[in-house]
Amino acid sequence: MIRDAFGLIFAADEILELRELVDVRSVSALPVGGRYRVIDFPLSNMVNSGIRNVGVIASHNYSSLMDHLGSGKSWDLARKDDGLFLLTPFAQKENTGTYNGMIDAFKANIDYIRRCSQEYCIISGSYTIYNTPYNEMMKFHVEKGADITVLTNNMDYEKYKGGRYSDVRLSIDGDERVTGIEFDPSLSLSPWTDMNTYIIRKDLLLYLIEDNVAKGEHRFASGVLRDNLKRLKIMAYKYDGYVARMHSVQAYYDFNMDLLDPQLQVKLLREHSRILTKIYDAVPAKYNTGASVKNSLLSAGVVIEGEVENSVVFRDVFISKGAKVKNCIIMPGTHVGPDAELTNVIIDKNVNIRRKTKLMGAQELPFIIRKGASV
Amino acid sequence: MKNKKQTVAMLLAGGQGSRLYALTKLRAKPAVSFGGKYRIIDFPLSNCIHSGIDTVGVLTQYEPLELNNYIGNGAPWDMDTMSGGALVLPPYVSGKTGEWYSGTANAIYQNISFIDQYDPDFVIVLSGDHIYKMNYNWMIESHRQMGADATIAVMPVPLREASRFGIMTTDADGFITEFEEKPENPQSNLASMGVYCFSWNVLKKYLIDDAEDPESENDFGNNIIPNMLNNEQKLFAYEFKGYWKDVGTIRSLWEANMELLGNKPKLNLDDEPWKIYTRNPNEPPQYIAASSEIDNSIICEGCYIYGTVINSVLSSGVIVEAGAIVKDSVIMPNTYIGENAVVEMTIADEACWIGEGAKIGASGDLDKIALLGKQATICAGEVIAAGQEVATGETYSTAKEDETCGVNASVVGDEAFSAFAKKGATE
Repeated sequence: MIRDAFGLIFAADEILELRELVDVRSVSALPVGGRYRVIDFPLSNMVNSGIRNVGVIASHNYSSLMDHLGSGKSWDLARKDDGLFLLTPFAQKENTGTYNGMIDAFKANIDYIRRCSQEYCIISGSYTIYNTPYNEMMKFHVEKGADITVLTNNMDYEKYKGGRYSDVRLSIDGDERVTGIEFDPSLSLSPWTDMNTYIIRKDLLLYLIEDNVAKGEHRFASGVLRDNLKRLKIMAYKYDGYVARMHSVQAYYDFNMDLLDPQLQVKLLREHSRILTKIYDAVPAKYNTGASVKNSLLSAGVVIEGEVENSVVFRDVFISKGAKVKNCIIMPGTHVGPDAELTNVIIDKNVNIRRKTKLMGAQELPFIIRKGASV
Repeated sequence: MKNKKQTVAMLLAGGQGSRLYALTKLRAKPAVSFGGKYRIIDFPLSNCIHSGIDTVGVLTQYEPLELNNYIGNGAPWDMDTMSGGALVLPPYVSGKTGEWYSGTANAIYQNISFIDQYDPDFVIVLSGDHIYKMNYNWMIESHRQMGADATIAVMPVPLREASRFGIMTTDADGFITEFEEKPENPQSNLASMGVYCFSWNVLKKYLIDDAEDPESENDFGNNIIPNMLNNEQKLFAYEFKGYWKDVGTIRSLWEANMELLGNKPKLNLDDEPWKIYTRNPNEPPQYIAASSEIDNSIICEGCYIYGTVINSVLSSGVIVEAGAIVKDSVIMPNTYIGENAVVEMTIADEACWIGEGAKIGASGDLDKIALLGKQATICAGEVIAAGQEVATGETYSTAKEDETCGVNASVVGDEAFSAFAKKGATE
């Protein structure tokens, strides 16, 4: 168990490629996998490592994030000492409460970082989904005498040829040391991709924040990593499990559909370390006569009277008689009326789909229905 | 300053519940699973907190371990407040002696000082074996308005069934004139629901007198209520209209589970202002495979369903493999049902292992519900007849050499899961 580290989750990532899905929330609060939100993954990884002090840096649209995290009780982070800290933006002398990058956000919350009593800091972004405790990575960091350790996975380039996202690619030598960094490469020299997760000593982090602020640099990957490749010992820790990055609607849709493979679902959500989330007192799922469900994930509180196939259905969704739902993601509180037909649709929270409505997207371009809409 | 509470609830959770057989071998009756994700005690505790009663003494005695763990600090029911809480009250030693709770009244008697801490006007006494949603405030309000010393919640039952209950006869104003415990020739059809409201100063006096009476059985129904009637205290019958079910027998527990099913269930739990709170497991959503068929059932988080589920209630973490059929059954958490097994009209307790092709129970006779105790293991291909019971932790095998079915019973829940996880997608 890691006791001598605190966690810092940068939940202020802005990913516009998620379109309507992030109009009402930050990516960290995006509902995924039938009952989770994206931030459950980094937060559970930290808690499952034994970390008992986690700061979550929020910036835009953070009300759903705050509502989800609450006191941190669901992650056992409602503690007398340390626990969960929600670090929300405020206007101050240096900036107006909006962040240009991670460094900016760290600078605004430097008092929190200074106050942490732990020696190490584990930094995590909020749109990368994976499940592993950090114990092995921490051991690696200490044994290698690293200044900074970057978590990285081998990302098959073929799979992502559809779009170019803000990837950071790492060149790694035989000793696992990072020797080069590329930003958003169209044809990368290396398959090793930054997972937005870093281990660093707190005093070094504090120095690097001030150093970068002085230089006017806001981005962690360029200011802290690239500019210090020679000066610091920056090591790469290779992760070989499942990784998903919520950097586009397509990636969001694919990740949810990936979870329909029970083997992957078991590995990612519960087998060795469990992903924790806020629990609601919803009633168990109810399948009334007429229900037909194939290859789908369903959450508590759903009532199924129609047909559901290859879909991820969140809490408190009602699928009426004669409705046909196929290849869809349906977020909490949605009502699908009788004889409605939905194919390849992402439905945000609390939507009302009226009787006999027919909506169809393409698998490569899922149709999105906004939160609270009535169609 | 006294921590004054208007009402304190005392929940009788010490009974053995022997008519639930294997289900209560290792746990007290209120801790028995119900309706997929609930336990019986969730109902009175949720009723209390929704009625504004945040101080509940839970009187335990029989196999309290699971119940104590379950209640914890009462947080799942929002009872982890600064001044109140759900407090487990086991019998204790005082001075040089100590004694078990000798009856329902004695359990409250031994905790007079607990109740006195809160200086309440009213004490409500509840039992831990009933499924119902009830606002106790309305009952307390009637009690106050009628100027009663005690109020007993009653509901009309069919006259032919009345001899199973405590039966009240009332006058025109609703005051009780006669009370009979399980009468042969009932005079009325108003049955006691086992929910009492007392003015604390009156009850306290009767409890003390009762404790001094060596002839007494120290029981509410047999002693306290008849004594109050004899002394012409004012006993009011509060008529409750709604769903109420005693789940003290295998058959009634099975029936109550089945009454949650259907498009218009007899008991609707999807009730926003009167949610039944419970200690929720942190499980992934349920996975329903392409090979499955599901009709008229309730299924909880963390289930993996590849087979057929009809008219059944499945708790969290249940695995139903391909070709298996679960019909008219109640399956409690983390039970594993192997390929092509058939489970009909059965209550299976937690973490049972049902091997490939085994046949458990048969649909039809309500008095022949098969029962598998906690961590029972049924080897592949074995047959358990309708109404048969397999004891807690027992491995059922007709072949001598196969005494474990290749399953280590002590880790059966996890083992079933790992085996399942390794096998992965069967599609």
